[in-house]
Amino acid sequence: MNKIVLGAFSAALLAIGTVGIALGDDDDDEGREGRRGWTARGTDVAPVANQTYRTECGGCHFAYQPGLLPPDAWAHVMGTLDNHFGDDATLDPAVAQGLLDYLTAGSSEGNASIRSRAFAANPIAGEGPPRITQTRYFQRKHDEVPMRLVKDNPKVGSFSNCQACHRGAEQGNYNEDLVTIPGAGRWED
Amino acid sequence: MKCPSAGTLATLTLISGLSLAVAGPVLATGDAAAGKRDWTAEHNPPGSDGPRSCATCHTASLTQAGKHATTGKSIEPMAVSVNPKRLTDPAKVEKWFGRNCRWTLGRDCSPQEKANFLSYIESQ
Repeated sequence: MNKIVLGAFSAALLAIGTVGIALGDDDDDEGREGRRGWTARGTDVAPVANQTYRTECGGCHFAYQPGLLPPDAWAHVMGTLDNHFGDDATLDPAVAQGLLDYLTAGSSEGNASIRSRAFAANPIAGEGPPRITQTRYFQRKHDEVPMRLVKDNPKVGSFSNCQACHRGAEQGNYNEDLVTIPGAGRWED
Repeated sequence: MKCPSAGTLATLTLISGLSLAVAGPVLATGDAAAGKRDWTAEHNPPGSDGPRSCATCHTASLTQAGKHATTGKSIEPMAVSVNPKRLTDPAKVEKWFGRNCRWTLGRDCSPQEKANFLSYIESQ
């Protein structure tokens, strides 16, 4: 019982800490981007519109929209499917080429979506294969989210599980208003 | 008593998998008991961070839903009795044998191993 109370108290302290950080950073959806802007103007990420992609890639993980990575990153991903983040995701070469064409055409570079262009704006940080979670834009948008809500949250497990918290992720809608973290509720930054 | 479709699928699968290597159809009779043993046999292929088996993702029970080891995405049950869509598409079967044998064992499965797995899955 005492443990639970202490846990809740720590969580509250942590939340206060987070608010403190939030006041000082640049992640201000309301001012800079317009809280309703992404959806109202249709400027969020274009949803997946390729059934093969949905089946082949979405079979094992969230089907990340093409507009989340630049074309060279997609080429790297599709050229190394035999070691796909530690898994063997080998595809028939013709199918893989078709998917790469789809990904390249809708990639973040030169995309009509403002958010996609934000993903393309900076090089991907870190070593190894390109990861959406290592784009500067992704990192800036998630730097206030504590690990206990994601990596250490058994209902989420990883920042790669977009749809675990972003209820609009399947539709390419990453508006913060649609974020609900399992076990923690609505996310406000 | 063996379900006739099991043999047909095993044959189809092996043809599609070996079409470049052999001229004619290859017939392999599956051994469900051997497939069951291999299902939970653990392997440590290069790059693995712990023992791997079919059960790592699919669980030891073919009638249960599994979970992708990395992404946590749910995997529908393998047993044909609870998931009739299983083993209906030879190309799909061959694709997943390729990926999953290499991830789990660090090599391709032999035609006999595949036939054994198919018989085991059909029998569940």
